[in-house]
Amino acid sequence: MKFNKRITNLLIIFISALALSACATAKKPTSGVSTSGDVYTGTDTVKYLASGVKDRVFFATNRSTLTSASRDTLRKQADYLRKNKDLNVVLEGHADERGTREYNLALGEKRANTAKDYMMTYGISGKRISVISYGKEKPVNSASTPLAWSQNRRSVTVKVK
Amino acid sequence: MKKLFYIFTILIFKFNFAYSLIEVDITRGNLDPLPIAISPLHVDPQSDNYQDVKVKELGDLISAVIEKNFKSTGLFNPLNKDAFVQKPDIAHLKPRFEDWSLITAQALVTGKLLMKDDKLKVEFRLWDISANKEMIALAFTTTPSNWRRVAHIISDKIYERLTGETGYFDTRIIYVSETGPKTQRVKKLAIMDQDGKNTKYLTLGNELVLTPRFNPTNQLVTYLSYFRNLPRVYLLDIETGIQEVVGNFPGMTFAPRFSPDGKKIIMSFAKDGNSDIYTMDLETRLVEKITEDSSIDTSPSFSPNGKYICFNSDRSGLQQIYTMKSDGSGVKRISFGNGIYGTPVWSPRGDLIAFTKVRAGKFYIGVMRSDGTGERLLTENFYQEAPSWSPNGRLLVFYRETKSGKDGEGFSAKLWSIDITGYNERELKTETDASDPSWSSLLSK
Repeated sequence: MKFNKRITNLLIIFISALALSACATAKKPTSGVSTSGDVYTGTDTVKYLASGVKDRVFFATNRSTLTSASRDTLRKQADYLRKNKDLNVVLEGHADERGTREYNLALGEKRANTAKDYMMTYGISGKRISVISYGKEKPVNSASTPLAWSQNRRSVTVKVK
Repeated sequence: MKKLFYIFTILIFKFNFAYSLIEVDITRGNLDPLPIAISPLHVDPQSDNYQDVKVKELGDLISAVIEKNFKSTGLFNPLNKDAFVQKPDIAHLKPRFEDWSLITAQALVTGKLLMKDDKLKVEFRLWDISANKEMIALAFTTTPSNWRRVAHIISDKIYERLTGETGYFDTRIIYVSETGPKTQRVKKLAIMDQDGKNTKYLTLGNELVLTPRFNPTNQLVTYLSYFRNLPRVYLLDIETGIQEVVGNFPGMTFAPRFSPDGKKIIMSFAKDGNSDIYTMDLETRLVEKITEDSSIDTSPSFSPNGKYICFNSDRSGLQQIYTMKSDGSGVKRISFGNGIYGTPVWSPRGDLIAFTKVRAGKFYIGVMRSDGTGERLLTENFYQEAPSWSPNGRLLVFYRETKSGKDGEGFSAKLWSIDITGYNERELKTETDASDPSWSSLLSK
């Protein structure tokens, strides 16, 4: 378990160093606060925009930085949007229930915009991507557990009909 | 409301300002509440019946509301009426102080009701039992349907006389009513009297609404609505029901509050992943940017003199509380304890800032002085936030959510209040689950 965490930590640092954009908003973690250990990596709540294209990415507590897995998902979403020129999307940013309502609204907006920025660096016009934050208002998992909270800290890409 | 509610106050007999022996010190937690006897209101035999309500019942109802108000403060101990030694009519004329002191009463409230020509006249007197003195005597005339407000106004007058502080009973609380499962909550704006009565719903629940706050005259409310799925700050006139968008910026506007003069709304505006604080003048619609920082700046609240603003920012890494001048200059971090801080709100007295603190997985409501010193945590729980001040700055109302199980079972959101001494924590009963409370100022000033 610990070993896994360490690997994830290393990966994040590595990827962050490589990333060109979307890191401008990242902050240095305050000492003692884990910034990557609690990002959801499962697929339980995930839906698909198309085969192999996950609809959502997950975040660490109080953070809006993208993990390597999130970047991968967003690149696939960008590919998909490039192939479907008529399609527009909304990125819905969410937070877990463990923060104040107002801060969570801001945090959800920041998370969705981090995802949007990343997709834009892969050539998708900002005009095709709108953003909305729901803060802690729309959890997918209503349990009060660390697992549920990690599933709720997310940015979901939704097709605009 | 004003048209309907016309009160005039007559001083009957002399106003007694002489120092009395009873003085309730509310600056400390009160572990020894003052025994107070609230006599049922005696009905003048010349009274007419009012609709189906017998005037006698009205007298009992008014005295029950007063009693409940006093009980809720934790500062007073209303005595059991069974032990009362004098009939209400005689007590109102001239209480036998020795008898009342036998049942340990230190203060006595008596009153009389007269119902004539569709007008209700309520007279009351407050007596100091140990000093054998009348402390205050007032009378109100109003339409009978306003009996509840009269009871609250009388409560405020007695509270003020006994504590030296402004009362808070003739006030209302606006909040968000919540129903339905946790993943699909239906939220409506709701308003009620501070004692939980007269609940009215102001929106239908078709769109998500959050964080309502009163303007200084309690006629307008600013809040966040997701109308047409565009989260924007709105203004609602409670009397007319007219709603209008005020924060129609190209992005999300949220966390609104009025300035103390009611002329401006201060709020957050989030765009491209950055939330900053703005003000909008309601008359000129002039918008001013107050903070400029790449971090999240939110939850702004003016000091009561309008010269300063406290707000929440994560510019240092995690959420902390900051103050600045109202033009955005002189930004100063004031929270330095372990944990993160949110939802700062300036006391109407100006001295304290209430906040939410999160530390080691627990949520606290606390207060600190406006320079950040003297932090005191009042209550700890699984989840609670969003304190709002009573108009006299003695209490905070906030909401608390419970831990939920696998499918959301056991989840609830309720309003609670606590004295800033840390005593008298109690639930404010609401018809539905409730969150985001905002306390009005006194309705009758």
